[in-house]
Amino acid sequence: MNLHEYQSKDLFRDYGLPVSRGIAVDTADEAVAAAAELGGDKWVCKVQVHAGGRGKAGGVRLASNVDEVRAFADEWVGGRLVTVQTGAEGQPVSRIFVEEAADIDRELYLGMVVDRGSRRVVTMASTEGGVEIEQVAAETPEKILRATIDPTVGAQAWQGRAMAFDRGLSGRQVNQFANVFVQLSRLFHECDCSLVEVNPLVVTKAGDVHCLDAKINIDNNALFRQSDIGALRDPSQEDEREAQADEFGLNYVALDGDIGCMVNGAGLAMGTMDLVKLHGGAPANFLDVGGGATEEAVAEAFKIILSDDNVKAVLINIFGGIVSCKVIAEGIVAAVTQVGVEVPVVVRFEGNNSAAGLAVLEESGLAIAAASSLEDAATRAIAAAGGNR
Amino acid sequence: MSILVNRDTRVICQGFTGSQGTLHSEQAIAYGTQLVGGVTPGKGGTTHLDRPVFDTVAEAVEQTGATATVIYVPARFCKDSILEAMDAGLELIVCITEGIPTLDMLVIKERLDATGGRLIGPNCPGVITPGECKIGIMPGDIHLPGKVGVVSRSGTLTYEAVKQTTDKGYGQSSCVGIGGDPIPGTHFNDILGLFQDDPATEAIVMVGEIGGTAEEEAAEFIAANVTKPVVGYIAGVTAPPGKRMGHAGAIIAGGKGTADEKFEALESAGVKTVKSLAEIGDGLAEITGWG
Repeated sequence: MNLHEYQSKDLFRDYGLPVSRGIAVDTADEAVAAAAELGGDKWVCKVQVHAGGRGKAGGVRLASNVDEVRAFADEWVGGRLVTVQTGAEGQPVSRIFVEEAADIDRELYLGMVVDRGSRRVVTMASTEGGVEIEQVAAETPEKILRATIDPTVGAQAWQGRAMAFDRGLSGRQVNQFANVFVQLSRLFHECDCSLVEVNPLVVTKAGDVHCLDAKINIDNNALFRQSDIGALRDPSQEDEREAQADEFGLNYVALDGDIGCMVNGAGLAMGTMDLVKLHGGAPANFLDVGGGATEEAVAEAFKIILSDDNVKAVLINIFGGIVSCKVIAEGIVAAVTQVGVEVPVVVRFEGNNSAAGLAVLEESGLAIAAASSLEDAATRAIAAAGGNR
Repeated sequence: MSILVNRDTRVICQGFTGSQGTLHSEQAIAYGTQLVGGVTPGKGGTTHLDRPVFDTVAEAVEQTGATATVIYVPARFCKDSILEAMDAGLELIVCITEGIPTLDMLVIKERLDATGGRLIGPNCPGVITPGECKIGIMPGDIHLPGKVGVVSRSGTLTYEAVKQTTDKGYGQSSCVGIGGDPIPGTHFNDILGLFQDDPATEAIVMVGEIGGTAEEEAAEFIAANVTKPVVGYIAGVTAPPGKRMGHAGAIIAGGKGTADEKFEALESAGVKTVKSLAEIGDGLAEITGWG
């Protein structure tokens, strides 16, 4: 789960991290009122979407008077922001964040992420603030300094000081940076984050370390113990079909092909998509119906797959483990009847009771083609969708 | 011979009396696994599936002489269950449950490394030595005692690989699902090393998927340590970057962890790769000359 910048900064503030004063608003009038409440003569207006690259896309602007604040809100609230990290449709903007402007002397980067290789939370500090860390890693990896955090003792101040000295900070900035590092690590572990980024982390003209941006991703598996954070979820930023699938315990990811795929198991679902591509077709989606693959799950899966107008055929690939293919076949027949599936459906069953499952499909009288093998299923689904692309 | 488990392995089940624990324990018993008891706190002293139930893992180990455990408890309790099993000195811990918080796994992994414990999973189908011992949720009847070692990050893809090696008549020495999470208890390298040292294993099938660098590390390990023929398959060539594909660990992040990179690493390590998951059996036939 991703948080918006203003939500992340609320959490930052809870952990004593230095952030600017700001107010999140939904309308132009509120934006103007927020600027007045914050005072001063310069404000930064930022659209709140779950995507990076906002600045380059025009979603961040410095306003020098309230008319500019109003103009920014009028322009963006209710609109969509397209950045390098969004699709062509962009992300909807329902809220903007009006913040005090800071005077920047230098920009740094500070990020924390679970590193799968070292099995640790790893901190990355870079002198290239405002630039994506992936780009720095690819082009100038020597500019990134890493510190790993021991899960049994947590981040230590000396690690933060070492990074600060190495990054050329001095005086009170060293302890300020070390404090940011330690507190950020506490936030990361206590809130079950999977990623925290401060990009940029700046040194102000007054000489203080300050978090200018804040990005937090939360581990969905830990939401059971993070109910306050779970309440911050913004469904408007999520893909509608993915969210709908999630409600029924299904995993769905939209792709741009025309062959809908319904598979049990995540690995097999990916393998099935790859097989379609290998035979010259294009998968329309990833969909894992899970180990159970009940009638309800299959019916929901059909609805989600068919809500994509590009789908010209559906390929169902089930490896019956503990669950019987016969039970799944009955579920498919019921779902096809209930949902009214009008595109060709190709089914491949393997494993537990597969022959009985195929018999159920045949007896149903529905236009469901039974494939004899994986390859057969892929080629038939491609043919049914109108051939190779 | 085999790896990790055999006909003499005595197994207990944590979460024994729950619905998943009951279903899969019944299947394991029917398969011939020596499932000697279970643990459900508060139900100690009762029996379930004709086996004793204990309040604590330590008590179960002391009373039954078990050396392995399988865990079906809900994700939020898994860290506790795994640490309890480690404390009781069990040699092998198999955790089937999906959805354990990643930060819980960091602590568990740290403890495993410090104590030399072995955890298979979480989020995995389990471990089986065909005809001898089945620990987990895999369908027993697709397996055949034999000579191929199978190691995989995915459940149903493991079944595909198993089915193809059974259909060819090769059979399996042991099959290990290491799980689809970003921080698994056991990595490819650990299992590859065990298969290399196991006389019953004559060839290895390794099934990977997008995300992380475990396959690249395995490729390095194979180049340096594995002399047996290896067939490799990677799922997720068509997966878009930045999207989690069902498994928590199956995500191309920052352009890293693509299937193409992994295929390339395995090929340069001398692994026979197959691009179609339907060709795993054929790939084995080709490199072993078994026909």
